[in-house]
Amino acid sequence: MSGKSFLIISRSAPYGSSAARDALDVALTCAVFEQPVTLLFMDDGVLQLLAGQDPQPIGQKNLNAVQQSLPLYDIERLCVCRASLDARGLETQQLLLPVEAVAAEAIAQLIAEHDVVLSI
Amino acid sequence: MLFSIVVHAAPVQNQGADTALRFARAVLAAGHGIYRVFFYRDGIHNGSALSSLPPDEANIPAQWQALAAEHGLDLVVCIAAAVRRGMLNAEEAQRYDRSSSNLAPGFELSGLGQLVDACLQSDRVITFGGRS
Repeated sequence: MSGKSFLIISRSAPYGSSAARDALDVALTCAVFEQPVTLLFMDDGVLQLLAGQDPQPIGQKNLNAVQQSLPLYDIERLCVCRASLDARGLETQQLLLPVEAVAAEAIAQLIAEHDVVLSI
Repeated sequence: MLFSIVVHAAPVQNQGADTALRFARAVLAAGHGIYRVFFYRDGIHNGSALSSLPPDEANIPAQWQALAAEHGLDLVVCIAAAVRRGMLNAEEAQRYDRSSSNLAPGFELSGLGQLVDACLQSDRVITFGGRS
């Protein structure tokens, strides 16, 4: 099986739909198959990485727990759209894991340099 | 060129399921191949054996089945997404002690690894309903 690099783009808020969890499941599966994975968070997707989440009152599992396991799966390249952070008044220091804040041109570059792009 | 198609859109509520089907037909008509169609998230409803529509409306699951039968397509439904939403084959119905199954013939339940494999084997992977 030949290797390919995967870029997974997630653009939805952490709760309210299953999109965030579904994107993480795909990323982890790619990692289990030993394929290099980059995650890119855009739009409301940047909210997924906020530290200190407590979704228990709405009956949801805390995404932070799964996100913390990403480095164990060698998923270490996490990119967030700089404009999406700015639009929501967020700083990278508020996020759970170290991230690269990327500008629009860099996002085009990210898409170009990966073999497979999956949007969830 | 070898394509794989990923469907996140459920039939009826989203145009994405119908568009994916039309894209699949266009790919084949242009002389390309389809390695796999992978149904994820609400897209698993494309595999329903129980879809029942008025005769003048498109039955998307039935159309996937017909296209697969004609061209030998590999229609894979994500097993984790499917069982959560009550889409079971006979084996899973037995495993979860459910009274019936509803996955249409021609569709197969399998894991997300089949999506990764499809990405590795195909020249192009196109997702439908990725923003729904």
